[in-house]
Amino acid sequence: MDWVVFVVAAAAVLAGALGVILASHPVHAALMLVMTLFGVAVLFVAQQAHFLAAVQVIVYAGAIVVLFLFVIMLLGVDRTENVRYERLAGQRPIAYLCGAGVIAAIFLLARTTWVSGAEAVAGAADGPGSNVEKLARSLFTRYLLAFEMTSVLLVIAVIGAVVLARHSPSGGVRGSEES
Amino acid sequence: MLFTIGGVGLLIRRNVLIMFMCVELMLNAVNLTFVTFARMLNDIGGQVVVVFVMVVAAAEVVVGLAIIVSIFRRRTDATADDVSLLKG
Repeated sequence: MDWVVFVVAAAAVLAGALGVILASHPVHAALMLVMTLFGVAVLFVAQQAHFLAAVQVIVYAGAIVVLFLFVIMLLGVDRTENVRYERLAGQRPIAYLCGAGVIAAIFLLARTTWVSGAEAVAGAADGPGSNVEKLARSLFTRYLLAFEMTSVLLVIAVIGAVVLARHSPSGGVRGSEES
Repeated sequence: MLFTIGGVGLLIRRNVLIMFMCVELMLNAVNLTFVTFARMLNDIGGQVVVVFVMVVAAAEVVVGLAIIVSIFRRRTDATADDVSLLKG
């Protein structure tokens, strides 16, 4: 039964990803991204990462995609892209070639036994206790410094976004020169 | 595979917002890999890393979209070809 869930979720993920890169309209691409994110959340639950699945849905599908749609609507870039025109000659075939190379490398690496890391370095994932509890226990003791730094990073990101997006008093888009 | 699709999409598309979405696809692929390894190696550290990756990805989306908004505020279409000079 597990593999049925995996196959369906993986199909949703890949279909959504292909939809993102092939959609001509940016709003369609955003909706395909939502499908991908939900598929990834289902896969997280299948891997016993329940808290991360919830965070994924709330943060990624709930906030980031909404931000994307805001910007799409704000800028009015919902014009469909001209997929035939290519600025750098030969960019598209080279991109496909690189993609094929990366997939070949991944499949090649996946054949050897590569599960060689140390077990339970940061704390066991299985065993008694809920997933949130184990994650929190590890996050707030062993990785506390990284956690504090990410909170600082978030504050910096918010300040940066506010500075970047404000209208400059002189009426142009040269706000970055004055700040 | 998700990573490859995102990477190819990033190289193909010229609409900046769709390029951004492809970056998100790649980040999700990485998250999935980490979670799978966290389960295979019985290590919660993989999920901790995923938390951090998600936080950083969210911060990066915020800043990136702010940059996009400030650059393309007056234009009607946002393609990556138009931003060839460093001057805003």
